[in-house]
Amino acid sequence: MKKRTVKKPARKTAAAGRPVRAAKTAPNGHDTQHAVEQFLYRQAELLDEKRWQDYIDLFAEDGMYWMPPEPSHATWDGMPAIFAEDKNLMTVRMKRVLHPDAWSQRPLWGTNHVVGNVVVERESPNGDVVARSRFHMMELRRDDVRHFAGLYIHHLKKTKDGYRIKLQRVDMTNAQAAFDYVLQVWV
Amino acid sequence: MLHERIPNLANFVEPDRVRREVYTDAAIFEMEMERIHEHVWIYCGHETQVPKAGDYYTTRIGRQPMLMVRGKDGKVNVLYNRCPHRGSMMCGDRSGNAGEFFRCSYHSWTFHHDGKLRAIPMMESGYAGTRWTRDNPDCNMKRAARVENYRGFVFASLAAEGPGLLEFLGRSKVAFDDICDRSPEGEVEIVPNCFRVIQHSNWKIFLENQLDALHPSVTHQSTGRAAREVELEIEKRTGKIPLSYHMLSAFSTVTIEKWDNFQTLNYPYGHCILTGYMGLRPQDPDTLEYERVLAKAYGEKRKEEILSTNIHHVLIYPGLSVQSPLQQLRAVRPLGVDKTLTEIWHFRLKGAPEPIYRRALAYYNLVNSPSTLINADDLENFWKAHQGLSSDGGDWVSFHRHYGRDAEKDGIVETAPNCGTSEAPMRNQMKAWTQYMASGK
Repeated sequence: MKKRTVKKPARKTAAAGRPVRAAKTAPNGHDTQHAVEQFLYRQAELLDEKRWQDYIDLFAEDGMYWMPPEPSHATWDGMPAIFAEDKNLMTVRMKRVLHPDAWSQRPLWGTNHVVGNVVVERESPNGDVVARSRFHMMELRRDDVRHFAGLYIHHLKKTKDGYRIKLQRVDMTNAQAAFDYVLQVWV
Repeated sequence: MLHERIPNLANFVEPDRVRREVYTDAAIFEMEMERIHEHVWIYCGHETQVPKAGDYYTTRIGRQPMLMVRGKDGKVNVLYNRCPHRGSMMCGDRSGNAGEFFRCSYHSWTFHHDGKLRAIPMMESGYAGTRWTRDNPDCNMKRAARVENYRGFVFASLAAEGPGLLEFLGRSKVAFDDICDRSPEGEVEIVPNCFRVIQHSNWKIFLENQLDALHPSVTHQSTGRAAREVELEIEKRTGKIPLSYHMLSAFSTVTIEKWDNFQTLNYPYGHCILTGYMGLRPQDPDTLEYERVLAKAYGEKRKEEILSTNIHHVLIYPGLSVQSPLQQLRAVRPLGVDKTLTEIWHFRLKGAPEPIYRRALAYYNLVNSPSTLINADDLENFWKAHQGLSSDGGDWVSFHRHYGRDAEKDGIVETAPNCGTSEAPMRNQMKAWTQYMASGK
């Protein structure tokens, strides 16, 4: 009796194409789960190290960084968005932050990202991947600490130089809360 | 009484300078809430935020938590968000639908959408012989003393006496005319999203910044230059510049001297207009199509009038900053002497072509969202201003720029040519402040 109830949902999940265990093997023989995790950890590290250009370079030429104000939004196109940035706009943001007269950038400011709960949701035969994960970011600005947390959904394109981001969707749990000050760069 | 604790308030404001305590003193803040915000007309929201009966939105008027709610008769009511029984807040969510009636979660008292008592549990057995009777007005949810709606924009005043909304707005009502007239149907609807950002500074610092035409080319130069660099690079690559970049790059291409070419118009009750706008009437196919639609709706002459309305920003004192050519507004809700919430809304021009909405939306997202490339540096300045004003390093705030060059006629102060960066709007706001604060009760 018990065995049956355990097995049944497992079969259903596999049929729906959403593996519970993500230890899936990609066509090239590498462990997709491991590769995606390493990519996400590296991306978070670039933010914490303020390596903005390297961060932008992780995006495909037509890549988008998108943070909707609420999870029901299905597109950024024609919708209010906290972020909806292509590489050009990301470059504006980077150049602003690096400008010596970006007054709000002067104070002591740092972040610490932790990324986890990585699930490879879908992998195409060409190696492109959709993955979701959870993040928690602590930010220090002067003496003030803020916390931001939520869900990342990465649409990753497989290239010879590794993954590139076609779309990074960021559903921040506190997106609808009043912002105590603003967000200066990507979360 | 407060005014007895601050007996010399008149000495705090001079025509060209203001004492720092006006921004930092908690007792003065309480008095402002009582005599200004909880007295004058305050913007509550747009009627399209509450389309159906029972739809409500919570808001604040001064220190008072309020509800804007649509009744079954279609009228928009503004009520104190409070049960008359034991004082519990009625609606704990920011917005929602109350259903057929409001119901207090504490003891199940229920109220109609206009605040009138519907039922109290044990009304017969529990209250017989007490003075708590159904016809006692204290049994109802309290209503704002006055509510008026101008072209869909709902205002309330907590004072029974005072000028009507249109008299109060005076010429600043052009903010709403300019927003609505740009629609071929003469109406706008809310874009259902509110960006909310908290500033750690006094509410007046925000309002004074809105028409400070000197600050953009200083405060926002990092973003202006960054956008300009990327804009030129895109042009080199593609031969075209996306319009939305112009909204950012203008901060570096419009120099301090050019800002002086604009003009401010300063009205009674502290309202002000900053004229001039950067490039909102380009000649691209989308704009030309929009102009065609407008001309069809209004005729060529009226279309020209509408599109040549010369406004950058309208400030409706003490709580609203409107960018009518972009259909956006920021409502200012003071939370404390050093803490201010802004609620940032965008409106869609009914019947206008989609690209026109998207152009304004780009500004909403880039400039007014919580990831703003612009206000990040403003908020830093506001915080610094409040910190500095809290110190004993000086007593006065200076509003001397172009002082003495203002031409006053019929109570309206127009800045002289080439004085666009005049601090006249700040002086005008403080003039209204002084009148409100002296009026007492």
